Amino acid sequence: MADREMPALVELVRAVGHKVNNGLVRMGFAARFFVMVLVYSGQSFRRLHLTIREIYFSGFQSLLIILVSGLFIGMVLGMQGYETLQRYGSADALGILVALSLTRELGPVVSALLFASRAGSSITAEIGLMKATEQLTAMDMMAVNPIARVVAPKFWGGVISMPLLAALFSAVGVFGGYLVGVVLIGVDEGAFWSQMQGSVDFRYDIWNGVVKSFVFGVAVSLIAVFEGYDAVPTAEGVSASIKRTVVYSALAILALDFVLTSFMFRGL
Amino acid sequence: MSRKLIDLWVGFFVVVGLAAVLFLALRVGNLSAANFAETYTLTAKFDNIGGLKVRGPVKSAGVVVGRVSEIGFDAQAYEAVVTLTLDSRYHFPKDTFASILTAGLLGEQYVGLDAGGDEKMMKAGDVFAKTQSAVVLEKLISQFMFNKASEAPDKK
Repeated sequence: MADREMPALVELVRAVGHKVNNGLVRMGFAARFFVMVLVYSGQSFRRLHLTIREIYFSGFQSLLIILVSGLFIGMVLGMQGYETLQRYGSADALGILVALSLTRELGPVVSALLFASRAGSSITAEIGLMKATEQLTAMDMMAVNPIARVVAPKFWGGVISMPLLAALFSAVGVFGGYLVGVVLIGVDEGAFWSQMQGSVDFRYDIWNGVVKSFVFGVAVSLIAVFEGYDAVPTAEGVSASIKRTVVYSALAILALDFVLTSFMFRGL
Repeated sequence: MSRKLIDLWVGFFVVVGLAAVLFLALRVGNLSAANFAETYTLTAKFDNIGGLKVRGPVKSAGVVVGRVSEIGFDAQAYEAVVTLTLDSRYHFPKDTFASILTAGLLGEQYVGLDAGGDEKMMKAGDVFAKTQSAVVLEKLISQFMFNKASEAPDKK
């Protein structure tokens, strides 16, 4: 009897080991792929129109969702912030609350999440479909390196778009907070802006937010192009890759955000 | 879609994105106000700095004239050594009084400078001769209670 239970237990341990090994192999492959993208990215800057095309598709076409979400998140922050702050008689500090939460956290994080689901998933779908229809192999046959021609421009397009989108998100969000706080509720306009300017520091708050969104841009773009390139070349495989892009991007963004925040803002 | 049109829209996107960074820097942040072009540093020693933080403001007559750039501890004298970075447009007399004050009842703590009457001005690297520590609320309350308790028997 013991003999029959042991294999099941061994099987369980083996399954765990298999999962861990698989994950490690994929991570190693992703790291090598990252290096390959960097090595072959010379062409995406020499033939700049390739990258510009990708900025158009992943950056410019994400503008609508980024701007609308930023505006609404700023307006909600203005409303909720006022609700809470006026209990302590410090509604004048509304500007600080709106600006700091947007530039430090919400701007980079929420715009990266939106970017992953709007642009990251479409990058994965495009590369995955190109792989499934053997366009990548065809390029290879014609001595065109698919990483240099297809993957690297998409990667750099995402990396360049992300900080710009996050900055737009924060700026529109601050405007939304202004609309609700000052125009709708009637917080003093001078206090709103001057308190904000008094406690938001360019290097400490805004620049750290830009650095964050740059890191998120690298992470999301890498995950998107890697999942596309690594997709199983069937309809099911491509759909599984798109799902993984969105899930892994969201997890990576939130985990990286915690790490970056703990290095940047220690409350000194 | 033609390449020219794509170029146009991407150019628009990049310009708007950079304008957003500029808006954040100038309108939301204090890049224009707080980055003093030229600065000099002075040092002040306090027995107790309370909750003073690095980057806290240095005010004179209520106007921000500098920032706290460093807080250290002097292990010989058991004092806090606070380095202040001041705008080089403003100079203070030798007998200026540096004290740690609180904005409002529960607000942030800052260094207040009360100019004295000395004709000589402080130079970069000088140390404040006269300082006043932060007021610790607990000490104030216990002092008050202690005084009340010692007064009580006389009134009977």
